[in-house]
Amino acid sequence: MNWNLIFTSIFSAIFIKETIFYVLGAQGLNIHYGYTGLMNFGQAGFMAVGAYGLAVSVETFGWSLWVGILVGIGWAILLALLLGLPALRLRGDYLAIVTIAAAEIIRLVARSESTESVAGGNSGINNFAGAFYDLNPWVNTRRYDFGPFSYSGQDLWIQAVGWGVVLLMALLTFLLMRSPWGRVLRSIRENEDAVRSLGKNVYAYKMQSLVLGGVMGALGGIVLAIGNQSVQPDTFATRTTFICYGALILGGAARVWGPVLGGIIFYVAFRGLDVIIRQMEKADIVPESIMTSTQSGVVRFVFLGGALMLLMVFRPQGILGDRKELAFDG
Amino acid sequence: MALALALCTAFVLQPGVMSSMVGAQEPTVDEPAVTTGSPTETDGPAITGVLVNRDDDDSPVGGVEIVVSDSAGEEVGTVVSDDDGAYFLELPAEGEYTAQLIVDSLPDGVTLTDEERTSLTFVVRPGQQKPLLFPFGVDTRNSTGSIDRVLPLTIDGIRLGLLLAMTAIGLSLIYGTTRITNFAHGEMVTFGALAAWYFNQIMNIPLLIAGVLAFLLSGLAGAGLEKGLWKPLRQRGSSLFGLMVVSFGLSILAQHLFLYFFGSRTRPYSDYALQPGGVQIGSATIPPKTFAVIIISLVVLGLVGLFLSRARFGKAMRAVADNGPLASASGIDTDRVVLWVWIGGSALAGFGGVLYSTTQQVSFQQGQTLLLLMFAGITLGGLGTAYGAAVGCFVLGLFIQLSTLVVPTSIKNVGAMAVLILVLMFKPEGLFGRRERVG
Repeated sequence: MNWNLIFTSIFSAIFIKETIFYVLGAQGLNIHYGYTGLMNFGQAGFMAVGAYGLAVSVETFGWSLWVGILVGIGWAILLALLLGLPALRLRGDYLAIVTIAAAEIIRLVARSESTESVAGGNSGINNFAGAFYDLNPWVNTRRYDFGPFSYSGQDLWIQAVGWGVVLLMALLTFLLMRSPWGRVLRSIRENEDAVRSLGKNVYAYKMQSLVLGGVMGALGGIVLAIGNQSVQPDTFATRTTFICYGALILGGAARVWGPVLGGIIFYVAFRGLDVIIRQMEKADIVPESIMTSTQSGVVRFVFLGGALMLLMVFRPQGILGDRKELAFDG
Repeated sequence: MALALALCTAFVLQPGVMSSMVGAQEPTVDEPAVTTGSPTETDGPAITGVLVNRDDDDSPVGGVEIVVSDSAGEEVGTVVSDDDGAYFLELPAEGEYTAQLIVDSLPDGVTLTDEERTSLTFVVRPGQQKPLLFPFGVDTRNSTGSIDRVLPLTIDGIRLGLLLAMTAIGLSLIYGTTRITNFAHGEMVTFGALAAWYFNQIMNIPLLIAGVLAFLLSGLAGAGLEKGLWKPLRQRGSSLFGLMVVSFGLSILAQHLFLYFFGSRTRPYSDYALQPGGVQIGSATIPPKTFAVIIISLVVLGLVGLFLSRARFGKAMRAVADNGPLASASGIDTDRVVLWVWIGGSALAGFGGVLYSTTQQVSFQQGQTLLLLMFAGITLGGLGTAYGAAVGCFVLGLFIQLSTLVVPTSIKNVGAMAVLILVLMFKPEGLFGRRERVG
């Protein structure tokens, strides 16, 4: 067992772009579920349209990266409107079904042969974020070491910007949720009919919440797309949504820092587990007849499923949350 | 939990069943790109795949030479496909490459589907094993006239629709009786298919008997889930959201246990895999098994319908799904009804999975794909109803297959999404649901 490798890869994972990706997704879900009580099970779809909106604009249409980012955000708004228009008027479970289906359909379309000329099919789109790295204050190709952490100049730049976006979104959430608008959202979560009887347009508030959280998810997709210089359809499988939910529930829903804290812990644990299992398999601690190297890559998802179930059953309020506040029936 | 246990015992005797990814026929494992790589035997990037001939029942094409060069045009390697049509070539590093298929090396009578497609340019990520696609044989999917294709597509649509109906009745009734949107229902379909595969291929039991065993085992797994998981959760007063997240956790857990023990490859049953004596209808040859599947599904659905409409207990099931508290107040033992809804629904789902796999082969993720179609179907029919779910799914299956007349096959499921959104916009209670004040 290479403990050094295990520790460095776990600790470096705290700041990497994948963690930012899931934290932003979870922040969006916090607006949806934590504050408004909306059950969006298709956050992966919002993240996908953000990433693909950017990549397709730059690579296929030749627009600048910055226009591409706006296009990605624009697509997320459109998706929220398209799904919210029919589903937000109905009971909560309809939204769950529509969003989970939409996210999966987006992934299937993106990886389909018939859209290959636009979305790149199975292998996605690559190398479109050069403009972002031209602005890098660090040297793109150099490696920088900080004690146990070691990142390339490219990594440092996307991480600085990405965590900046996370902080901005946390600030936005904090300010919005102590405003009158945020109070209406939380009242909708607690008792929709009571809010309606006060003359508030519940449908419009829910729609605004869906759009806002969806845009946060899209920003997550955009950060990862720029960070990897690549978009792949299978990054946006349904389980991505549930890693975000795992992060949100672990950290604590309806708390500004819940998704940030939860995202870091959940993803680092998820990734660390994978490294440990692979190392155990390599070091032949587990016999080959029980686990081959191919199988060792699957184990973490078994744990992901189990962790989601256990977390939801035994500690639905997570680390920071308040159980009473989360007792509403979505 | 019973599900997981049953599978562990079922497949633990079968070491090393995981195989490398097969690129040519089925969508491969959807390993997310953000995490550390897909299943690999070596750590370096590579290309891999299997060459098959569509003209000849997907028989492997061996001895084909593929030359790979890097973006500078420098040749980095050559690989020749083996007798199984498989090829594997390690690449020096990640980056952009071009694969050139040497047409002269093709066996006699084998032609590329697209004569122009002899070279592919692709990008390989670090540690990625990239599947490359070189289809051979005439592409029958879009080439023939549409009139010739209507009839075979209709027959296949009827097959898909009936199977969706069979698998989705449980999903709809579970929703109706317990309000659980059970995202793990698709895994019950896979479970049935896998259980039958185990009985059939490992224990050499004929598929007809293996199918019945899978039906019973799925029912048992359903009972285990209700007794061990859902009932205690309901008694704790879990929120709707909590139940949904738990069902999704269960779905991820079960699906990856299937992947762990069964592997990512699709595998056939030993019986009826390649069936001679097909009937020529329009442009396609339909094997007898398709008709058998349609007849079996019709019989099963007919029996289920008879049970739900005539039998006392069947009526009780519909009553609980329609209005739980009222049913309970009129003396129906709702707990018992819910238990049998889980048993029956799971058994039907598992059996549907067996029938589905006779034509599509067994795959660890087939249930996941079907689940979305089931949701669209039961929403169309009316969430929570039994007959509505069946009719909605039947219509949807037919619609999806026929839609391939105009849309490419790879995105046919998008039609299901469109149906879902339109239904929610204009008739959210579905074709057979009762209108109630929502939102």
